[in-house]
Amino acid sequence: MPDIPFIARGFHSHRTAAPAGRLPPGQYETRDFPVLSAGPTPRTSLATWDFSIRDAAGHSVKWSWDELLQLPHDTPTVDIHCVTKWSKFDTKWEGVSVDTLLDGARAGGVTGGEFVLAFSDGGYTTNLPIADVTGGKAWVAFGYDGAPLPPEHGGPARLLVPHLYFWKSAKWVRGLQLMARDQPGFWEQLGYHDRGDPWREQRYQGD
Amino acid sequence: MQTEEMRLDGNAAAGALRELFATDVTAAIATCMGCGTVGPVGTLLEYGHAMGVILRCPSCDTAVLRIVRTPGWLRVDASGISRLMIPDSA
Amino acid sequence: MARAAVPGRLNWRVATVIEARNETRRARTLVLDVPEWPGHRAGQHVDVRLVSEDGYQAQRSYSIASPPEDASIALTVERIDNAEVSPYLCDVLRVGDGLEVRGPIGGYFVWDVAQGGPLLLIAGGSGIVPLMAMLRHHARSNEQARAQVPVRLLYSARGVDDLIYRKELEELAQLPAVEVAFTLTRDAPAEWHGYRRRIDRAMVEEVSWPAAHMPRAFVCGPTPLVESVATLLVELGHDPSRVRTERFGPTS
Repeated sequence: MPDIPFIARGFHSHRTAAPAGRLPPGQYETRDFPVLSAGPTPRTSLATWDFSIRDAAGHSVKWSWDELLQLPHDTPTVDIHCVTKWSKFDTKWEGVSVDTLLDGARAGGVTGGEFVLAFSDGGYTTNLPIADVTGGKAWVAFGYDGAPLPPEHGGPARLLVPHLYFWKSAKWVRGLQLMARDQPGFWEQLGYHDRGDPWREQRYQGD
Repeated sequence: MQTEEMRLDGNAAAGALRELFATDVTAAIATCMGCGTVGPVGTLLEYGHAMGVILRCPSCDTAVLRIVRTPGWLRVDASGISRLMIPDSA
Repeated sequence: MARAAVPGRLNWRVATVIEARNETRRARTLVLDVPEWPGHRAGQHVDVRLVSEDGYQAQRSYSIASPPEDASIALTVERIDNAEVSPYLCDVLRVGDGLEVRGPIGGYFVWDVAQGGPLLLIAGGSGIVPLMAMLRHHARSNEQARAQVPVRLLYSARGVDDLIYRKELEELAQLPAVEVAFTLTRDAPAEWHGYRRRIDRAMVEEVSWPAAHMPRAFVCGPTPLVESVATLLVELGHDPSRVRTERFGPTS
């Protein structure tokens, strides 16, 4: 027997509509930048930090922090969409395109990977189809709004995949594991969608 | 603001846990699968915010209990609990 | 009168607002008549659910401020600017309206006079609410039970006008076995006799009993305050299992 909700007199969401076409279905615009984390903020020293791309056969290519910063950077300005329904427009980032990193990895003998599992300090993981992190759609971002990415937002570096729900933009990212078959990450194991396209409202498995 | 300032504890998950168990479990004693720490569910640290309930061990940060509500399902991962002792007044 | 927790499904019930009063410029108390309310224990909370006509839903938890001895329940809500639920509860909801609640919830952060003491209560901001339920329950207990359980409260707020229940707390402090200390962290009036700083080790040591007295401690308020006070109590030798905490999240 379902609950029939009681309508609260005079209660309405104060979330206003945003310009048509800019907001995916079910979202509202925020000017804040809410902090959501699945665990405590990791503290990794830049001296020991590295980013790696690995394949199933065990080949891997690594960059130290200094090596990452020497790669060509982009400064994308993008809208971001959280599955908890807030969207934030025109966020400014600085980072290295995942295409650049994958090119480097292939040159280093890393192969395969129709899917990737991004992994982070603290144990967070998230899975994505490789097509969603290539073709200029994804970065390893270390700058936000003109300053170094703060720890609560994923610093020193996070994955940035703005065309998908923001839980795919793994905070405190340390690498990508290339996989032949899709494997669910932290939130996906609990029922969130394997791809997460906000324009198709892919919030949960089966959407 | 660090994520630690935003975290809550097992008390905040009490309502969600009450949907799972027929009784309150914040006073129940959980053993962490990661490090063996034993303590009340009320002392677990709660992350997850609006995405779900993630209760972590205050000693080793292992995710002890995870709950996500998806359409039609309450999905629970209790793999971080090796033992749970629930007070029983029956 | 303590009632046992009732196992089984926790249902949403539509309560009626029977009284509403402002406590401070930001805090308001709502007294609710909840049909078939099973009773509660001091320290427990309820979930409140608001649904709009177009189906939009918001849900929050609020600690019960009233003691188990009362038939109705009181919630004290702190208004957070630009938030979703608290401005509705503070500005729009009025006597006679319905409000959906579910509870009582919680079995860890609870105290009954039968558990004994000494009782040490430390609150920051709106963290005073569940501790007030404990204090009120203590005040309504029989004289003999009360005499066996001395209570000390340390309450931290930004300024004197942010102290919720100030007058009632000053009156309760006149009772034997009850002591109340306030600390203001931002502005204190010239004639202020309480503390004037953030809670620190020296203050906790002055206010609390020695660890050897084995008090039961309850700490509630913003997460950073709760974690720092709990750490201080353990550093002062208190048994961690006798220090219970409830975090309310970031300082608003």
